[in-house]
Amino acid sequence: MDQALKEHINQALQKGYRLDGRKLDEFRELKIETGVSSTAEGSARITCGATDIIVGVKIDVGKPYSDRPDSGTLMVNAELRPTSNPDFEIGPPSIDSIEASRVIDRGIRESKSIDEKSLCIEAGEKVWMVNVDVCPLNHDGNLIDLGGLAGMAALKSARFPKLVDGQPDYHEHTKEGLKLSCVPIPVTVVKIGDNLLVDPTFAEEKAADARLTVASLEGGELCSMQKGGNATLTSEELNKMIDLALKTAKTLRKKLG
Amino acid sequence: MAYKKRHDGRKPGETRKIIAKAGVIPNADGSGYFKIGDTEAYAAVYGPRELHPRSQQDPKQGKLRCAYNMMPFSGQGDRVRPGPSRRSKEISMVMEKALLPVVDLEAFPNAVVDVFVELPQTDAGSRCAAISAASIALADAGLRMRDVVAAVAVGVVDGMKVVDLDYEEEAWKEGDVADIPLAMVPSTGEISLVQMDGRVKKDEFVQAIEQAKPAFDAIADAQRAAIKQRYADAAAKVE
Repeated sequence: MDQALKEHINQALQKGYRLDGRKLDEFRELKIETGVSSTAEGSARITCGATDIIVGVKIDVGKPYSDRPDSGTLMVNAELRPTSNPDFEIGPPSIDSIEASRVIDRGIRESKSIDEKSLCIEAGEKVWMVNVDVCPLNHDGNLIDLGGLAGMAALKSARFPKLVDGQPDYHEHTKEGLKLSCVPIPVTVVKIGDNLLVDPTFAEEKAADARLTVASLEGGELCSMQKGGNATLTSEELNKMIDLALKTAKTLRKKLG
Repeated sequence: MAYKKRHDGRKPGETRKIIAKAGVIPNADGSGYFKIGDTEAYAAVYGPRELHPRSQQDPKQGKLRCAYNMMPFSGQGDRVRPGPSRRSKEISMVMEKALLPVVDLEAFPNAVVDVFVELPQTDAGSRCAAISAASIALADAGLRMRDVVAAVAVGVVDGMKVVDLDYEEEAWKEGDVADIPLAMVPSTGEISLVQMDGRVKKDEFVQAIEQAKPAFDAIADAQRAAIKQRYADAAAKVE
């Protein structure tokens, strides 16, 4: 990234402010809308500052893995489409998009929010496969948190397609939705110099020395974590970052309704 | 039984409801949105910017590069696997050909203009919606252009000549269907995209195209209005 911009972000933080005037623990204005794709089984669009993401859930039928014949599957896929940022290129998924996919995925998976056994149609033969696709239209930072939050909104809104002779009829949906036993919410805290902040913009992400994503549940229980960036963290910093993530998750949870 | 009345009550020459917008993706140099019925396309234009690899650079003219992408949940059937497919590559190529006649490549030698199109939901006619959105985005990016490009599919559904087929008409089982995606430079009447799938007599084909002229004008009007609105909004912001 532009070294001058990085220094600028750092200098501003030393004086106690962010380039867009926010406090360190302040999220940008956030809006979630569901039912934005008529072809998806569930969908949501999240806008937060200039970041704009569409998340769709497609529920199809497939064969279970041979080692788990009575379990359906959940998969999250996030793509850094070149549409959304001039830095992204066409080609195979970059390591950044793979990491985002996996961190969002693990937040949902490890919380056991979706009981994969309940997705079984016929053991060993047919199971429901839940695909969550995170598609940024305009990427101005914080894809993991926003993709994860919109992912939960999309999953909550999803309805199963009707089964006709064992095959899904995508033109008819049942009233039945996914049973979610809890709602994991990922929050990423980035460290720039000695400052810890939430909801980084794209420039702040690039200026960050380290980051920590913490997915947590209603009662404050943690369900997945990922450290990123090159800098190390002290255990004191780790502690502070988790606290900040938990505090932020509480506010975000209200936005899901 | 022949197809006498369109299943959604439209007249033969009538398109579905159209919404066109410019300036929908802030990171892009230009962007456009085009919705026709339940088919929805976002287009982002980046450039002119440096073309890599440099061996592709041409000192006489720039390059226009299109990429069409269906979001994985945007199809009428199963999930569309992410990444390029034979279909999406071909559509990207015909999009380039459809848009080239209006773009002045000589204005940006050695450089490239990238057009990325994303579709969150589709109900047939997606390549035409992609071209219509891309054309708005190119104009929004401030590129020198001769005109917009308007695109819509026409077709013959079980004997009836129609404009802007939806999925149900495209997949009509009770009789033959011909699906003809078209793109036109409205001010000159030049056709820059023709494809056809299905069985049809030659005179029906010609009549089907003829019938679409008012639809092209309506689409071009919506595209031009979207671009004007974008500048009206920008002007209002300054004041």
